[in-house]
Amino acid sequence: MAETKKKVHFIIERQDGPNSQPYTEEFEVDYRPALNVVASLMEIQKNPVTKDGKKTTAVVWECNCLEKVCGACMMVINGKAQQACAALIDHLEQPIRLTAARTFPVVRDLMIDRSVMFESLKKIHGWVDVDGTWEVHNDAPRQNPKTATIAYEISRCMTCGCCMDACPNVNQSSEFIGPAPMAQAHLFNLHPIGEYQKEERLDALMEKGGLASCGNSQNCVQACPKEIKLTEYIAKLNRDTNKQALRNLFNK
Amino acid sequence: MKKKIIVVGGGLSGLMATLKICEAGGEVELFSYCPVKRSHSLCAQGGMNACMDTKGENDSVHEHFDDTVYGGDFLADQTAIKGMCEAAPKLIKMFDRMGVTFTRTPEGLLDLRNFGGQKNKRTLFSGSTTGQQLLYALDEQVRAWEVKGAVKKYEFWEFIKIIKNKENVCRGIVAQDMNSMEVRAFRADTVILATGGPGMVFGRCTASTICNGSAVSAVYQQGALIGNPEFIQIHPTAIPGSDKNRLMSEACRGEGGRVWVYKDGKPWYFLEEMYPAYGNLVPRDVASRAIYDVCVNQKLGINGENKVYLDLSHIPADYLERKLGGILEIYTEFVGDDPRKVPMQIYPSVHYSMGGIWVDAKHNTNIPGLMASGECDYQYHGANRLGANSLLSAAYSGTVSGPEAMRWAKEGEKGSELTDEELAKAAKECRDEYEAILKMSGSENAHELHHELGDLMNQYVTIERVNKDLDYCFDEVKKILKRWDNIGIVDKAGWANQEGMFARQLRNMILYALVVTKAARMRDESRGAHYKREFPTRDDERFMKITIAEYDQATEEPKISYDDFDHSLVKPRPRNYAVAKKE
Repeated sequence: MAETKKKVHFIIERQDGPNSQPYTEEFEVDYRPALNVVASLMEIQKNPVTKDGKKTTAVVWECNCLEKVCGACMMVINGKAQQACAALIDHLEQPIRLTAARTFPVVRDLMIDRSVMFESLKKIHGWVDVDGTWEVHNDAPRQNPKTATIAYEISRCMTCGCCMDACPNVNQSSEFIGPAPMAQAHLFNLHPIGEYQKEERLDALMEKGGLASCGNSQNCVQACPKEIKLTEYIAKLNRDTNKQALRNLFNK
Repeated sequence: MKKKIIVVGGGLSGLMATLKICEAGGEVELFSYCPVKRSHSLCAQGGMNACMDTKGENDSVHEHFDDTVYGGDFLADQTAIKGMCEAAPKLIKMFDRMGVTFTRTPEGLLDLRNFGGQKNKRTLFSGSTTGQQLLYALDEQVRAWEVKGAVKKYEFWEFIKIIKNKENVCRGIVAQDMNSMEVRAFRADTVILATGGPGMVFGRCTASTICNGSAVSAVYQQGALIGNPEFIQIHPTAIPGSDKNRLMSEACRGEGGRVWVYKDGKPWYFLEEMYPAYGNLVPRDVASRAIYDVCVNQKLGINGENKVYLDLSHIPADYLERKLGGILEIYTEFVGDDPRKVPMQIYPSVHYSMGGIWVDAKHNTNIPGLMASGECDYQYHGANRLGANSLLSAAYSGTVSGPEAMRWAKEGEKGSELTDEELAKAAKECRDEYEAILKMSGSENAHELHHELGDLMNQYVTIERVNKDLDYCFDEVKKILKRWDNIGIVDKAGWANQEGMFARQLRNMILYALVVTKAARMRDESRGAHYKREFPTRDDERFMKITIAEYDQATEEPKISYDDFDHSLVKPRPRNYAVAKKE
């Protein structure tokens, strides 16, 4: 069958280390149905030879679950930040261009350092304050199932960074914490116990690098692989912080 | 001085242990291959079992306990299971307080669903990403402790081995920074391994690429005993794929999904016919064997291929969306069809290891100072794990191992602290080993070799096992071990060198493959996930014993022996899912 000989053409931007110059290498991988970008990179690992027959090193990237839940394999594919495991070759125009999501510092090749996202979760107080893991002989409060459904939607955020890469205001020289951590602040504010720290979270979002840095480009909501309504929650936080600012004024 | 505990692995079990240690006043150094928020626990979809009895079914903790023992074909420690089932509802309440977005009933209470091998609704869930939600809750709580200074994370660090002092007590570890490649030794009062399962030993499976069992194999080679390694769960419903088999949650069957193939031109709902009492909700080992039989022996797979239908198309789309949304997306995304409209095509896949590091009731291994908890231990599932018991055992085991690690740190006979010389020596050994790997210049590619290992293990050590095939497989794996010496490493970089680290992991995987294969070869009976047509029945007389595998330095092979275990609470009885379970 002709199909088995079909090749998939990749142009991959490589970089040996954080301070090295990027360069490109081209690869060809045998086509097969349902092939995705991670599976293609795995094929390159087994035979790291460029399209021109030059021996090279395997491409470095990050991946774990391959089911679009862990968030690890985010990279820029044909100009769009997305999960490589869910990027099916059949849906991509060739040659397929892979680059690191350069909104974040590059570690090597397609691997990036997203630690800033986890640090931001500290800033926005991204947890519910419980007394401890022990028994308290009390049930947690009931929740309106409709509110719980919204919370579930936001809680599927896998810290992949697509929204950060799509946002024109997030970059390595800006202090803006970006859409994902802001939506998380809203998530904890929705929880009946988490709500007790709502003021702290809103205050954090009123500081430098918080909500005021959002330019409302609405790119984030388009980029989110989990279709989280980021702009809606950011707008809600805006209203909440406005109220909070007034309260803060009067309480001074 | 504060007690310092090293926890390796930041999945559900490692994070739970970490929280317990922090609450007891200890300090944790948490090591992980990846940001802990990306650990494999998040792949668990369907839910977590706990007897909440909120569906008018008179469910009881005892029933949960008995279902687990029966489901595990009477090979798990019964006292341990009892403790786990009793703790389950309390753990759910803890998760609820932490903010887990459990799916709720119209009146705002926690909803429950059906799961395999259980007649009552007992499975709490958060859409179809329950593991993700539970993991995130613990990740958030650990982050709060990180801010308070009680937890120091070493993310993108790979565990290499434990360090024992001169009294042979584990007092530290050696780990490697996966970016700078720095190899460093660390002191600890207690070390907990919570490093998950060995799925990657089988190549394609439902596990994450990080689940390679390398850490377990490393401590096995340092003298830790392995329990019941031959019990590998094959999940009946996965989407076969060339890079991985993607899980299709048991929740599909729990919410009414039916499994069928065409027979004589008509749909044949073979699970419902073979097992009238449980139907599509038979446990995983039973369903997997039935699908295997229908495809391989009866050749009735879809279009002659090894696939059967998992059908949800008769269920209203809005109900499916609410209960199963996330996983239906996975199917649509990776296959292209909409399961709301057409039946899914699925086949069994390696999914979970019931076996793992041998531990006592408190999760101590046989090496003093070293503990194990989560999927990397062998404790709670016997010969087969019930669906939705893995999130439970992962979380629960952390509530046992964490406090015990602190007790040991305070009262244990730990012997002397590691000296600077001992630390330096251990680090140097690992550094030298790694440098030697980087210098390898043979003709084998480590990833290609891994692929071959996976093919072998998948073919011979999964659903149906045959002694002569197991002998063949064992010899072939030994050849792969030999071929490992002839690996060539192309990447010599001193920065983020994944190839070098993978080669080291691969050797550990190969040695663990020998453990699984040998233990399977030796157990001449059928029990739970371990099935031999030559010995189709359970043999309690000979094999109501746990398998113990011990590393033999000279041959690099495991020595297999058997040991008694605690089955003091319920007497073994035949396991038959064609009829309702009797006690």
